Amino acid sequence: MLLAFDTATPAVAVALHDGERVVAESTVVDAMRHGELLAPGITAVLAEAGAVRQDLTAVAVGVGPGPFTGLRVGLVTARTLASVLEIPVYGVCTLDVLAAEAVDTSAVTGPFIVATDARRKEVYWASYDEAGIRLDGPHVSRPADVATDGPVVGRGALLYPDAFPTFVAPEHPRAGVLAEVVVAERAELLDPEPLYLRRPDVAEPGKPKRVS
Amino acid sequence: MAATGDGPLVLGIETSCDETGVGIVRGHTLLADAIASSVEEHARFGGVVPEVASRAHLEAMVPTIERACESAGIKMYDVDAIAVTSGPGLAGALLVGVAAAKALAIGLGKPIYGVNHLAAHVAVDQLEHGPLPEPCIAMLVSGGHSSLLKVSDVTVGVDPLGATIDDAAGEAFDKVARLLGLPFPGGPYIDKAARSGSSVAIDFPRGLTSGRDLERHRFDFSFSGLKTAVARWVEARERSGEPIPVEDVAASFQEAVCDVLTRKAVDAAVVHGVDDILIGGGVAANSRLRVFAEERAAAKGIRVRVPRPGLCTDNGAMVAALGAELVARGRDASDLDLPADSSMPVTTVVA
Ligand SMILES: [Zn+2]
Repeated sequence: MLLAFDTATPAVAVALHDGERVVAESTVVDAMRHGELLAPGITAVLAEAGAVRQDLTAVAVGVGPGPFTGLRVGLVTARTLASVLEIPVYGVCTLDVLAAEAVDTSAVTGPFIVATDARRKEVYWASYDEAGIRLDGPHVSRPADVATDGPVVGRGALLYPDAFPTFVAPEHPRAGVLAEVVVAERAELLDPEPLYLRRPDVAEPGKPKRVS
Repeated sequence: MAATGDGPLVLGIETSCDETGVGIVRGHTLLADAIASSVEEHARFGGVVPEVASRAHLEAMVPTIERACESAGIKMYDVDAIAVTSGPGLAGALLVGVAAAKALAIGLGKPIYGVNHLAAHVAVDQLEHGPLPEPCIAMLVSGGHSSLLKVSDVTVGVDPLGATIDDAAGEAFDKVARLLGLPFPGGPYIDKAARSGSSVAIDFPRGLTSGRDLERHRFDFSFSGLKTAVARWVEARERSGEPIPVEDVAASFQEAVCDVLTRKAVDAAVVHGVDDILIGGGVAANSRLRVFAEERAAAKGIRVRVPRPGLCTDNGAMVAALGAELVARGRDASDLDLPADSSMPVTTVVA
């Protein structure tokens, strides 16, 4: 059984795949509560499928890019679970999961872009060919700098319609698709390392302020 | 070290600030205390940078868990429960530890206890000095907190008697160290410089120790005025072109901090009729604080317990120690939707 989850967007997405198909799936959209929702989501899909932790043979996790705090919840959960259960963990670029679903549902028929919310008035984005193979990215940019009239998958298009007038579903990634992508090796399988794409914001301090 | 023996076997995780700590405890026996610190990455910024700390926690988490299990000589599935600091602390940093602890709880099928960092600083002393004297007065002083607490049962609740109204004591050490050109974190460097200085060279102010202040803030602390007084004194010297006697400034500053801390801790014990004072947190490693506390307490027939420095600073063993006590006393575990609570009140022991 493959346990798959992604916390790189406002969605906390969890799914269980038995090698043949997705047997349980849960998605809750709440950008502020990834840390609270992921673990109950995991136990819920296990219970729904009538599976126990010992049935798990691998973990798949979305490695972003995405807002850091939520992203880390998924990654540390995946790494720790894999370590304690002594099973492998596979990372997939979260934008690739959105791309795979758009292709599978025939929402796109030619080249397209995936864009998600990077906050600070920017988007995480990557470009894909008609088969969902990533051509460029992921990057973080201001919407105006990557504006296009072509199809744009993901929440980025809904947030910035001026730059991306042609929104195409899905808005958020689904863990069931992540699981299928990993089982079929339809995207590049990565180490479970976060794609931050930004350095931490820090400034070295100047001299202490005078008080007199 | 003995992996078998009495008491519950608990793995504790601490990520409230810049240390990734994983400790393993059986009852009151410490089996492992693995730590990875990102302090050097923060040093050039003069303080802990939350995003840098959170990234470091993610990278260090699994290796630190594995190192702790290895050095304790246990298999992970032998543990009876997982404990984790769920607050207070840096929100993003706490969340890494809480998520890892939940993954362990799910992977092992064991209960999880989301615990208060301050109560864990109290419980850790059991690993060194045996069962906690209850009630006791706990004084917790570090870069992030300065509190005076009355502890009747560390697994149920602690009564806050007082806390800093501005800077934490450890923060004052960091800021004064920076004024004196000493490295971050300032505590150990001030302590070292102070050894060759005079503690009575400069009469720095003791905040909230007299008159009206004392009435309203009997068990509270204030270190902001002291920090400013040190800055003024140093600047006046610079202006007159005289050299700064770093050792004397360090010793006089440290004396002022330790004087206030120990005076209030002993006063709290006397007022509440408590015979034991426990000191924890990074500042408890200060050599002068310990001596001062023992002298003053002894004069009133009060005992002082201070864990060794490695257990005073943030670590996973303290979280495991509290977790083991919670299990031993049959307290309820947390739910899997346990949040990380950056401002968890000290009165809450288990979230
Ligand atoms: Zn602490």
